[in-house]
Amino acid sequence: MSAAPKSGGAKGEAKVLSPSEIAKDLLISGLITVPILVPIVAIRTQLDQGILTWHSRFWLAGLLGALVVIGRGLMYVFVWNPRAAAALDIAAPDAVVVPKIKLSRIILSWVLPLIIVAILIANARYIFAGLILVLIAGREALRIVFPDRKLSDLIGPYVAPGLLVFGIMLPIVAHLGKAYGVELPNFGELRLIDLAGYILIYIMLGWGLNVVVGLAGLLDLGYVAFYAVGAYSYALLSTVYFPRWFGVGIVPYAFYVTLPVAGLLAGLWGVILGFPVLRLRGDYLAIVTLAFGEIIRLVLINWFSFTSGPQGINVPKLTFFGYTFKQDADGDYSEFSKFISDHFFPLAYDRIHSYIFLYYVIFALALVTYFVTKRLRRLPIGRAWEALREDEIACRSLGINTTNTKLTAFAIGAMFGGFAGSFFAARQGFISPESFVYLESALILAIVVLGGLGSPIGIVFSATAIMGSFEVFRELGSAGDAIKSMMGETVGGWLSWLFAQFPTQLQDSFIGTDPVQFRMIAVGMAMVVMMLFRPRGFVTKREPTVYLKEKKSISGDMVAEGHG
Amino acid sequence: MYFLQQLINGLTLGSIYGLIAIGYTMVYGIIGMINFAHGDVFMVGSITTFIVLLMFALTGGSGPFAIALALALVIAISMAVAATFNWTIERVAYRPLRGSFRLAPLISSIGMSIVLQEFVRIAQEGRSKPIQPIIKGKFVLMTKSVGTQDFAVTLSYMQIGIILSTLVLMTVFTLIIQRTALGRAQRACEQDTKMAALLGINVDRTISITFILGAILAAFAGFMFFMYYNVTDFHVGFAAGIKAFTAAVLGGIGSIPGAMLGGMLIGLIEVMWSAYFSVEYKDVAAFTILVLVLIFMPQGLLGKPEVEKI
Repeated sequence: MSAAPKSGGAKGEAKVLSPSEIAKDLLISGLITVPILVPIVAIRTQLDQGILTWHSRFWLAGLLGALVVIGRGLMYVFVWNPRAAAALDIAAPDAVVVPKIKLSRIILSWVLPLIIVAILIANARYIFAGLILVLIAGREALRIVFPDRKLSDLIGPYVAPGLLVFGIMLPIVAHLGKAYGVELPNFGELRLIDLAGYILIYIMLGWGLNVVVGLAGLLDLGYVAFYAVGAYSYALLSTVYFPRWFGVGIVPYAFYVTLPVAGLLAGLWGVILGFPVLRLRGDYLAIVTLAFGEIIRLVLINWFSFTSGPQGINVPKLTFFGYTFKQDADGDYSEFSKFISDHFFPLAYDRIHSYIFLYYVIFALALVTYFVTKRLRRLPIGRAWEALREDEIACRSLGINTTNTKLTAFAIGAMFGGFAGSFFAARQGFISPESFVYLESALILAIVVLGGLGSPIGIVFSATAIMGSFEVFRELGSAGDAIKSMMGETVGGWLSWLFAQFPTQLQDSFIGTDPVQFRMIAVGMAMVVMMLFRPRGFVTKREPTVYLKEKKSISGDMVAEGHG
Repeated sequence: MYFLQQLINGLTLGSIYGLIAIGYTMVYGIIGMINFAHGDVFMVGSITTFIVLLMFALTGGSGPFAIALALALVIAISMAVAATFNWTIERVAYRPLRGSFRLAPLISSIGMSIVLQEFVRIAQEGRSKPIQPIIKGKFVLMTKSVGTQDFAVTLSYMQIGIILSTLVLMTVFTLIIQRTALGRAQRACEQDTKMAALLGINVDRTISITFILGAILAAFAGFMFFMYYNVTDFHVGFAAGIKAFTAAVLGGIGSIPGAMLGGMLIGLIEVMWSAYFSVEYKDVAAFTILVLVLIFMPQGLLGKPEVEKI
């Protein structure tokens, strides 16, 4: 694969083309968009109550095609043109490639935050806007105080502890925020804590998958299978088997008893899955794990007597070590608040208790995942994983047992998936095979990839960005409403007026569209773009796991894959 | 007798898988990566067939000649569309990644596969699109009466069409690979890309053409899939893609006759499994074969054993 010579016009090289060549290139790319867009975008078919209807949308296809050509043209003018690029960056006149990064840096550090601030001010959310401005000011202050040190070096060591404190404080902050009237649009503290717990599940899954993909370098496309094993273990054990074996009394405690069992079962499945995989190369491995994920899902759907198939299973929700959060008959207490009232301080029933407890449980589980993987990386087994990722043949010649190394990576990754799965079941109170489709695996993989393959902190940010934006967009409704609620009434009104000038068909296909529709296509595109431009992730500096005398950070380009 | 009927059905399905499998096998042979988006290129072919067919159906025209002309045009258009898609995918998502680390093109192709599926889902809504069968009619080969019921082994015109056109396409394709300069360049790149480049072969162009050829075959498979089942949606590429990949592995990855043979076998196994065991587990059967083949026979039926060189 790497034997293929690098093609001309790849990234990093500056193209110098004459205007006529550029025009020709633009014409060709315009022509190429025609077959891509014309049948599939321009003719919209619909099935309404069994009747097939269609209408043409050549307007939309034309607009998209024009966007492609104009975008490419702009790239030629500003990014691929060395003279224009150099003009933008006066300080380094002879650097041709650098300006590309400079430009993106200006956009990332100034244009984007200021746009967000403007949107927040337009929505009269001055506190959030102020917070961002304070952050920008702090960044600039750091730059002035320490002019010769890189910002990432200064902030880097504080990111992980900062996130930890933030994670612990989140429910409290949300509560205080509510008391002082600082809230996200359409987001109560309940939703916020719930969403944070939901994101934490994906952070934990990302960290689990990271062991397999980021550390051991094995591409696993069926990770959701272990998630499913964990969830179904909890569901079946707590509803069917534990009551049968130990009596009904165990059901409130089922989660705490099942959690280790579910992890073990998922780990066992990891070994079963890992076993055939041992002799396969990366790409075969990917497709085999994908097939495994599908097999497990199909079995869950079709083995009706065992899993009750597509109907799913109702499972007992998480309890506070046996005390439920359900409101009792007279409505003042739940078992949990009664327990607290009896032993500690008076506490009335509130829906939020269960959300806060769920949040802290998944937070603790995720922390366990984080610290276990962090410690494992320093143990011989973790070093063997990373060595395996870099060069399997060298590994074997140095006497590392590649079989065991791969198996442990699979088993440990799967175990964390199992933990997350059984928490998921206990949180939802209901599971069905619907939750464990291939797209979910792809989503977790995307989280790991966008986090920068092997960077645990990167995964926190990517999971938050992806899952958070899904949720926010779901909240906003149609694209027109989204624009209005993001831009505030005034600016949103102007934009709506602007869109209203477009042909009606275009309006229907744009304003009326639900932005949630575009979430997976955005994830897919992000995966491709990430591989093209930042294959080592956004955090490009690598701390060596093992070092001899002094710790030397190296650039991400020096290591073969992911984190070094 | 039941068996004979299933044999016919299996061969029909197998032809479709085989045509898709060739795309996987050629791309793997030349750049050593699995093009995860290939199943979705097949899907694009079948969706394009649906849309263009709908347009022709609306413009009217009847009689066998008009229908044949329309179908020929539909095939040509969906081939062109799928070829453009695959060419663009290679150009945008794979070519810049040559020489990057091992997982990069794989991850990129997974992303591309999601993009294609979602693109079609958003543009054409998620529901399955059915259509009235266009080519009806069948030969009755055998009949047998059991009690009051009549059983008949039938061979529909569509099945004949699929099997025959697959044979024709395969012959043409084999001739292209074996007799033309293009095929020689393709085989040379497959053996040793660097050496081929040194000897003056435009490797980039050859790879592009490989993707285009694969897409043309996949589009034809998509066309036949739609004509056979008369229904399609954005998700058909997923299962068909894995099964076709299984076929490519079963036949020996890198081997074109192997891909065709593997396709036929997978088609037969799937049909026989649903006929004699259970319909629900037919996909499980196909995926299990993939796993088993990779464990016990990674070189496949007609492939060469892979020697790892340092």
